[in-house]
Amino acid sequence: MVDITAVEAATTASAPRRDVKVPYALITLAGLLLVWELAARIFGLPAYILPSPSAIFAQLAIDWRMLAPHTGITVFEVLAGFLLSVLIGVPIAIGITYSRAFDEAVYPLIVGSQTVPKVALAPLLLAWFGYGMMPKVLIVFLVAFFPIVINSVVGLRSAPPQMIHLAKSMGASAAQVFWRFRLPQALPSIFAGMKLAIVLAVIGAIVAEFVGADSGLGYIIMIAGANFQIARQFGAIIALTIVGMLLFWAMTYIERRSLPWHISVRALQK
Amino acid sequence: MAGVQVADHHIEPAPRRFLDGMTGASAATKTIVPTTSPSDAYISIQGLSKTFAGRNGTVQALTDINLDIADGEFVSVIGPSGCGKSTLLMLLAGLEPKTGGSLAIGGRPVTTPDPELGVVFQQDVLLEWRSALENIVLQAEIRGLDKKAATQRAKELLAMVDLARFADAYPYELSGGMRQRVSICRALLHEPRLLLMDEPFGALDALTRDQLQIDLLRLWSRRKMTVLFITHSISEAVFLSDRIVVMSPRPGRIEKIITVDLPRPRRLAMRESEAFLKFNHEVTDVFRSLGVLRDDPEEAM
Repeated sequence: MVDITAVEAATTASAPRRDVKVPYALITLAGLLLVWELAARIFGLPAYILPSPSAIFAQLAIDWRMLAPHTGITVFEVLAGFLLSVLIGVPIAIGITYSRAFDEAVYPLIVGSQTVPKVALAPLLLAWFGYGMMPKVLIVFLVAFFPIVINSVVGLRSAPPQMIHLAKSMGASAAQVFWRFRLPQALPSIFAGMKLAIVLAVIGAIVAEFVGADSGLGYIIMIAGANFQIARQFGAIIALTIVGMLLFWAMTYIERRSLPWHISVRALQK
Repeated sequence: MAGVQVADHHIEPAPRRFLDGMTGASAATKTIVPTTSPSDAYISIQGLSKTFAGRNGTVQALTDINLDIADGEFVSVIGPSGCGKSTLLMLLAGLEPKTGGSLAIGGRPVTTPDPELGVVFQQDVLLEWRSALENIVLQAEIRGLDKKAATQRAKELLAMVDLARFADAYPYELSGGMRQRVSICRALLHEPRLLLMDEPFGALDALTRDQLQIDLLRLWSRRKMTVLFITHSISEAVFLSDRIVVMSPRPGRIEKIITVDLPRPRRLAMRESEAFLKFNHEVTDVFRSLGVLRDDPEEAM
């Protein structure tokens, strides 16, 4: 067995095991909603504090046309920032892996920068780039960048020495060593980083929209809250949750298609 | 090197090699004769040394290694852990630079991996994302060989090691012994003239190990190929080899070279024969005299 413990560790850390039986989880969810509904009716909570689930879904049935374009904007910000972080993060990870000088010059700064709470930069970015998409995409990028770089570096360094020796004994060029050996070996870890990043990216987009926006689900949540439209706020949260789940599932789907051989994927299929 | 070119005063007795598939007197008498002049040997190692720069100064891994290996010979290198036998293999593979002496394969000084080289490591190092067949064909892809012919040959190799049914299996579906067989097939795909093996069966259970030794000898007898086999099992070395190079603990030196003139093809039953045990004893005695093996902890070194 080749030494891929680092990758496995990284994978299991960020990929929740889906051995939970879905039907049972749905029953639990339905039960919770029922308790909530009954509690809201029995105690007669006002709708501006805690609306009942039925009231929330009724509001959602009216709001969904209005929410759809805002959802689209948030999804766009998430995907743009996420793709940017992959396109920049993976090459930086490659640089860190291949060049010791680059590693020593850049890696400590990247790790150190993690102590800066990225969302605290949101007002600053807003001041620089205005209310448009740009500051949101940048916040998403900053949040998603770190897990992608770290996991890619771990993955690219996980090729066992004997694997590289084998490649060289075959007369492999540096490019062949990278494309045929190092990169495929690193993919499980890179995917683990991307799955973590996509979840963080949604959070990043919402927080950026809280700080200053005129559209997006984060904006809706803020405005609805200010107007005591709690049911609408819940509707936006539901939309957001669905977005987050779909994005994560999409990543998992791509991972499964790309890495059917990997232990983390095989574990899911059992 | 011409077939039968008998030398008057060769240093080593001629290693005999009876080819499995060959019949008739002409084949039986065909032996490979090491040539008199060392530079004519297929592998020529002279005064070879290797030091590593460690944290506490330099470490002498190998010192003054002199060894000639004839074309088609099966040579085992045996020694205790840390005697530098794996380092010797890395130098021969052109994966580590030497620090002294000279080293040539087929008359060519070794600086980079020889194009006619196949390597098998203790770990099978199969790529988890490729099927058994694809793992073997990788050798041809990297070397830019014809893929169709390579696929055909890979299938033949798999059949030879009894894995034809597993061509499309992924490494995680194979046992340790099967994985190592696939990795041997990969090393043989391009019909290398030299096969380097670094404790290839060291991680396998005893029964699998026995079977793989037989498989290896069968593959070796099919075609002319020089094998350098690193091991720390005495009986494995005796069973497989034409010659056994016994190494001393660090700094690694050649302590003794033993010629094993057991007949080929070698059979499992041979391991109980008196002649086999004699060679076993001979190697054991070298290690006892070196203090590597001791019956009694108080025994003088």
